[in-house]
Amino acid sequence: MELLNSISWVAVSFHTLAAVVVISALLVVFSRNIVHSVFWLAACFISLAGVFMTLNADFVAMVQVMVYAGAVCIMVVFAIMLIRRRDMGDTNLFNGQTVAAAGVVALVIMLSGFLSFKSGVVVPPGPVPVNQVDSIATAMLTKYVIPFEVAALLLLVALIGAIFLAKEVKADADSDS
Amino acid sequence: MLTLTVSLYHYLILSAVLFGIGLFGVLSKKNAISVLICIELMLNAININLVAFNKYMTPGDFVGQLFAIFVITVAAAEVGVGLAIIIAIYRNKLSVNLDDFDWLKW
Repeated sequence: MELLNSISWVAVSFHTLAAVVVISALLVVFSRNIVHSVFWLAACFISLAGVFMTLNADFVAMVQVMVYAGAVCIMVVFAIMLIRRRDMGDTNLFNGQTVAAAGVVALVIMLSGFLSFKSGVVVPPGPVPVNQVDSIATAMLTKYVIPFEVAALLLLVALIGAIFLAKEVKADADSDS
Repeated sequence: MLTLTVSLYHYLILSAVLFGIGLFGVLSKKNAISVLICIELMLNAININLVAFNKYMTPGDFVGQLFAIFVITVAAAEVGVGLAIIIAIYRNKLSVNLDDFDWLKW
């Protein structure tokens, strides 16, 4: 009875969080002001952290809140402030390919849903170990140390590249625009 | 009586729907920053798949969560470089409309 109660509670929270995720993602795409889009993006990321909590992935949920809802949204807002216009209305419009894009997306969703039901993997969830951070750290520094170092190198290269690209280029002789 | 359950398929359907919303935004938005935001939505859908398969297929080890963290790292690097490219283009072109970026057209 206790197990049944806990399972239904997880299901209720998953369905609520999934509804919030889908609605805020739709508002990201369909709002006409790009600042509102970024705010709904932050809401979507935080509720996705809740979805990760229902999957017993506490560390990934924490990284999601810190990196996505903290860093990425702030960075996007700063970029919007650097290239802003006088009023922010109608800054996030659709181009002329909406119908074709909707067709492609409907095809992708139906195909992936069909394939995921056809695969037929029915595995009951096993017990998840409690000390996840220890296990993740051990795996990250022993077996997966090369992807870890490559990710660190990628962050360094991205940092240098972003600074180099966003820097003002003064002596630019190629002025064809 | 309708019982509310949750299984691997629920997470796969949520991931597919979120990926579809992100793909729709990538294909049909005008603003380049909005396209970057929708790419982030698609990467988050992939993360849901990784963590859900980690719980329902191999709950003992943490390979799925580990690669979800790597995907988050790559996504953060990608959005930084992408925004820097958009700002550099905006200095030259004074526009972030993707339909205006046609320098490489022959």
